[in-house]
Amino acid sequence: MFAYIVKRLISGFLVVVLVSMAVFALFWYGPSKPAQAICDRETSNRCGDRIEIYQENLGYNNPIYSEYGKFVKGIFAGREITFGATTYQCDAPCLGLSYNTKQPVTEELVSRLPATASVAVGGAFLYLLFGIPIGVAAARRRGTVTDKALVSSFLFLSSIPYYLFALLTWLYLTVLWEAPFVSDVGYFSPISDGPLKWFGGLFLAWVALGIFGCTQYTRYTRGAMVEALSEDYIRTAKAKGLPARTIVYKHGLRAALVPVVTIFGIDFGILLAGTIFTERIFEIQGIGWWSLQAVGNKDLPVVAATAMFSAVMLIVSNLIVDIVYSILDPRVRLS
Amino acid sequence: MTSTVSSSDPGQAARSERSGGPILEVEDLTVSFPTQDGPVSAVQGLSYSVEMGKTLGIVGESGSGKSVSSMAVLGLHDAKSSTITGSIRVDGTEVVGLSEARMRKLRGNTVSMIFQDALAALHPFYKIGAQLAEAYQVHHPSASDRDARRKAIEMLDRVGIPQPDRRVDDFPHQFSGGMRQRAMIAMGLINDPSLLIADEPTTALDVTVQAQILDLLQDLQREFNSAVIIITHDLGVIAEMADDVLVMYAGRCVEYGTTKEILTHPEMPYTWGLLSSIPDVQASTDARLIPIPGNPPSLLSPPSGCSFHPRCSFTDKVPGNLCSEKLPALTPAASRVEHLKRCHLANPDAIYQAEVLPEIAPELVEENR
Repeated sequence: MFAYIVKRLISGFLVVVLVSMAVFALFWYGPSKPAQAICDRETSNRCGDRIEIYQENLGYNNPIYSEYGKFVKGIFAGREITFGATTYQCDAPCLGLSYNTKQPVTEELVSRLPATASVAVGGAFLYLLFGIPIGVAAARRRGTVTDKALVSSFLFLSSIPYYLFALLTWLYLTVLWEAPFVSDVGYFSPISDGPLKWFGGLFLAWVALGIFGCTQYTRYTRGAMVEALSEDYIRTAKAKGLPARTIVYKHGLRAALVPVVTIFGIDFGILLAGTIFTERIFEIQGIGWWSLQAVGNKDLPVVAATAMFSAVMLIVSNLIVDIVYSILDPRVRLS
Repeated sequence: MTSTVSSSDPGQAARSERSGGPILEVEDLTVSFPTQDGPVSAVQGLSYSVEMGKTLGIVGESGSGKSVSSMAVLGLHDAKSSTITGSIRVDGTEVVGLSEARMRKLRGNTVSMIFQDALAALHPFYKIGAQLAEAYQVHHPSASDRDARRKAIEMLDRVGIPQPDRRVDDFPHQFSGGMRQRAMIAMGLINDPSLLIADEPTTALDVTVQAQILDLLQDLQREFNSAVIIITHDLGVIAEMADDVLVMYAGRCVEYGTTKEILTHPEMPYTWGLLSSIPDVQASTDARLIPIPGNPPSLLSPPSGCSFHPRCSFTDKVPGNLCSEKLPALTPAASRVEHLKRCHLANPDAIYQAEVLPEIAPELVEENR
């Protein structure tokens, strides 16, 4: 088990290295010049020949491997970064300075984490809160009108593009229905500023994310439940004289949860990596929002940091899924 | 330790009172499942009875209704997707149409069932001991977790699991195939049932383990004095275990009587076919098995007349087209009342002794090689 985790962490680390290299390569060999955008912005679109200074300052005139080497050194040892006349000290783990704000990327990443984590935890909670019970209910009523109505309406719901669904949620709940909870929506405030404010700021995002995401959990749960309930051990449980509730939940759902938990772990990792649409539409300035902005600004250090952060989240969540899987299913042994 | 459990069990006292009458009486049982192509009659007009301490063997091919009829005894068919008529009386209680709540009290308590393929029939995520304890506690709500666990260990010990106090915490996949089936039997017997239904209990096991499991079942039956129904397609198992045999074909009983009678004087060509297809250990390895030609009929559109007539090689011995036109009634065999058969043949025993027996008798197989 321990050897397995170490092996997985090493391979995960290699993936993160590859992701960071790929992002670097895009900026060096991609079709657009990152320096041009920054130069244009800082000189009010009168960049002209000054592009050379920016190219030099940002290091784009140096070979990619030497800049990548500096970047890696910064992560482990910290480094000094010079923009024009000013030299900034960037402590380890240094992911560079944002071209846009001149702030250390690491600090900003950490400061944006609570918003994204809040969205992720609430959304994921709703996935399961709605998805599993509705899925179980549909599976128990398999083939009936209720089941068919649930399955088809959820299929319809999940066929809507998410951004449209999120926008409509926002439109209906705030503008048209003026729902009570969401009066001061749109501005994430940390939970330390009071849980009610925190709740109000996130409510819409949770509802949109949770309702949309729970549809697929309903389908997973229903499918896994239908399969589990047709297993021989369910017949055995019934032949023992167990009550229906015990058969469905203790014997059926226990088995059906394994594939659901697997998918959930990976989805939760994706949510933690930042929900771009949700954060953009509901103005929650988390990691997703930030990475979208950085791509627009050609802010290499931020793009690289958010890409690496996504990779780390996915690797960690995959690893946790595998470990949880081996706990849930005693037949699985990690090696 | 073996005697302490059963004597303290209330079931034991109740059982001694009702010595005599059969524990299970099935009368004119019909089970059908509605499908998109019309109803499928999996069991039709089945009647039999089992007495305490006796073993009934039910034989037949896959799809002949063996398992379906016994699952009906436990009410395991979904009421919404099956129609059951006729009568099933367990210890005098009518089971057909019984409420789910009362049915539940019978399952695993008065009647219990062990299934083939114990790996699939045991829950993969729960420890063997927990599954046994659960079976005990559901019918003994006052038993504490510790009592239930002790009971589980005791049952594992009784079915011959070595180191039961340690193996009780194993998961099913950590047991060998034979041990899993033993655990399954332990679970079936944990509430000291009056009737145990064993649905192909040895099918997935290798031959030496099969013999051990059958011996175990016999020993336990003697010890618990319960009635046993053993479902199988192996006449060897029947010969060893059963007092009575019920041969099923296409959802109907085609022959029913004492084991000795059926195995020595079978009167239905399907039973002859089953007997012919048993491999002979003493015969040459080059000798070919004699299969029953054709396939089991579709229950959606069963053959007219006798269900077996398309595969039967004796229809020419019956006058006219009787076999394909009229379903033979279940009638007493020529001179023996305790033997019922469903066949139009006038003197089946003579045909069997003259035509079938020589073919399956080993000395003739030797010569024909």
